[in-house]
Amino acid sequence: MTAYQLTEETAWCPGCGNPMIRRAVQQALHELGLPPEQVVMVAGIGQAAKMPQYIEMNSFTGLHGRSLPAAIGIKLANTELTVIAQSGDGDNYGEGGNHFISAIRRNINIAHFVHDNQVYGLTKGQASPTTAQGQVTSVQSGGVKAMPFHPLAMALVTGAGFVARGFSGDHEQLVTIMKAAIQYKGYALVDILQPCVVWNKVNTFQWYKKRVQPLDDNHDTSNWDFAFAAARQWGDVIPTGILYQVEKPTYDEQYGFITGSVPLVARELAPQQAEPLLQRFY
Amino acid sequence: MDYSIFIGGAAGQGLDTLSHALSKILQRSGFYVYTTSDYLSRVRGGQNFFQIRFADHPIHSATSRLDCIYALNHEVLQQHIDRLQENGLALADEEVSAVDRLTRLPLRAIAEELGNVRVFNSVGLGYILKVFGLDFDRAQEMLQQIFVDETMFELNMQALHKGAALTESSVPVESGTQRKHILINGNHAAALGAIAAGCRYYCGYPMTPSSSILVFMDAVSQEMEIVVDQVEDEVAALNMALGASYAGVRAMTGSSGGGFALMQEAMSLAGIIETPVVVINVQRPGPATGLPTYTEQGDLRFVLHAGHGEFPKMVIALRDGEDAFYQTARAFNIADKYQIPVVLLSDQYLADTEVTLPPFDFSKISIERHLADAQAYGPGTYCRYQVTESGVSPRLLPGAKGNSVIVDSDEHDEKGRIDESADNRRTQVDKRLRKGQGLAQEVQPPWEFGADAPELLLVCWGSLAGPMREACEQLNAQGLAVRALVYGDIWPFHTERLQTLHAQVKKLVVVEQNATGQFEGLMRQEALIRADEKLLKYDGRQWKSDEIVAALKEVLS
Repeated sequence: MTAYQLTEETAWCPGCGNPMIRRAVQQALHELGLPPEQVVMVAGIGQAAKMPQYIEMNSFTGLHGRSLPAAIGIKLANTELTVIAQSGDGDNYGEGGNHFISAIRRNINIAHFVHDNQVYGLTKGQASPTTAQGQVTSVQSGGVKAMPFHPLAMALVTGAGFVARGFSGDHEQLVTIMKAAIQYKGYALVDILQPCVVWNKVNTFQWYKKRVQPLDDNHDTSNWDFAFAAARQWGDVIPTGILYQVEKPTYDEQYGFITGSVPLVARELAPQQAEPLLQRFY
Repeated sequence: MDYSIFIGGAAGQGLDTLSHALSKILQRSGFYVYTTSDYLSRVRGGQNFFQIRFADHPIHSATSRLDCIYALNHEVLQQHIDRLQENGLALADEEVSAVDRLTRLPLRAIAEELGNVRVFNSVGLGYILKVFGLDFDRAQEMLQQIFVDETMFELNMQALHKGAALTESSVPVESGTQRKHILINGNHAAALGAIAAGCRYYCGYPMTPSSSILVFMDAVSQEMEIVVDQVEDEVAALNMALGASYAGVRAMTGSSGGGFALMQEAMSLAGIIETPVVVINVQRPGPATGLPTYTEQGDLRFVLHAGHGEFPKMVIALRDGEDAFYQTARAFNIADKYQIPVVLLSDQYLADTEVTLPPFDFSKISIERHLADAQAYGPGTYCRYQVTESGVSPRLLPGAKGNSVIVDSDEHDEKGRIDESADNRRTQVDKRLRKGQGLAQEVQPPWEFGADAPELLLVCWGSLAGPMREACEQLNAQGLAVRALVYGDIWPFHTERLQTLHAQVKKLVVVEQNATGQFEGLMRQEALIRADEKLLKYDGRQWKSDEIVAALKEVLS
């Protein structure tokens, strides 16, 4: 198989947003011309997290909710790797909520693609953190009682430097966003709206299609208030695109020694080098 | 020569500094030192104490008897005066209400006269040093190190001399015999072992009594170029360590029981993705919050079964400071060789007890990564989970040109792709479990102490090594034919020596620091050997050598 080659078969349903997102990831990686051995995709568990199964590249498919911690460990160990964490809304905003907040605060140099179909797919249709209040599901048979989570607004108030919203049905825009996210120096969140044809009968492809509206290409991406308003906008119009992008010091570069020319993984350490530490105990 | 000095008071009264200074002075004066601490989970108040034992020969345990008590309040005296030897010395400020045998000193008055009540303990230190005829040059050196501010240093030196002037050298000691020993606790020894083994990534979430590993690693992070990170929770900690290890650096995390509990899903992940990692569980008494600052060997069964599902792992209990250093380093080699999680089991007692030890020999540490050669694999030919006879698959790191390194928590085929077929499931389970056969060959026999022709066999594990060794010496000196086995490698279980010795003795007694005899259960399971008696202590306070002797005599009588 050649780099980033896609498998012919997947376990995704016809009409699912995942294959479209996969195609966008593949194209973004191709267009960026990144050496394939230097890219790692990290996933958790869920329908979205099956992506690494269906694309030829280095991958770490870990635990539900835990793609971000694994991605962070990988990046710190080898800053030369391009690390993409990608999983679903339940995985990243539910089970992995604490890691999501911490990843934003750390501003580590990774791209984070969240497939947001507002429902649990793999476990068959329960509410996710982004499911609308009142929506009926197999477990929330009386309607979802909790208020929905707003990932982009959360990211902005927590200090994220790159916040974007994509739509699986807008291939060109999604590729552009993904490329910018991968190239961004820091933590880049891309919340990708996508339909779930089996379990979410409310937020269908048509539902999104009618509402998504790309932001003006020339909008000021350093305007936080504008970005926050766009992040919160969720009605007849849902703005998509790069909402916010500013430069911030990254977590990895603050260590000093790990962003040098030789990544941590390539540095030899002889046991005797640690011997001077004994001086502290005399 | 063998003395124990007890320093007790409330948290926030400067006990820590005083104890540290005295321990270091004794170490640098050539004595063997063994300093245990007993502290509560609070920053102010309560009853905390340090017990500093020093001798002209190697020592391995705290003792019940005390030769000197330095009390900062009346409660300390009330609780511990019974342990004072007949001609022992109890010291306190004159404001502390009297008990029998107490020598009251004008500590506060002198400190106030010097214009700073905070030099109070230096007056006391001077008194103690003088009583034992200890070297004041060492004290000066130590105070200089503690009090960087010149004025404060001078003031403390004055206090020291004024304290000394209050007494005579009533119990002068010969100068010490130990040369150039380090004074170190188990957590720092384990951290040094990890660093010597080339650990490049250590992360964790603060939890007593494991935190001093995180603190130490952070302190040397820049110097040694180790990524040290306080992360959002223990769930993240182990997942991050696994990420770092997948990318190719040696990675470790640590916590105590509660935090270790949060790592269970990721332990299991390490098992199926076959990614090496070292995790240290510094035990404290549970369940749940339990006794945060005390000790127990209560997590043995938990750690043996850590992680859901079936996969090979190794469990090594650390027995003392030296063992903590060498075994932690060894754990990294074993983790890499078998691509498994290795759990180190320590406890609060070992973590906090400061002991003089010969300097660790870094030349004895080797770093064996067991990585495959990327050049050996043509494009697209590499399989992360290649089925092999040993069960160990060649390991490449991401970055190998032309090949993807794919790890997956789902059951997977040789390539790393999901495969739920029955055949593949059997193949991969068998492959993983086959690593256990190699692992069993790595197991080191337990330590042995005592009589060559024993009638009684004592068995313990982990940090009971020191107290057990001294107990054994005392029992042997009293003419009892006793031999002790001290387990370090717990899993896989070593049976041979146990079975051989069991066949020779009349009685077998297991000594543990828990309420249910977890190790004894393991012994029954693995070696089909039942203890005749179990000596179990679960009050959070470590067995002392003399307590083991006394308890044993009781069950034998």
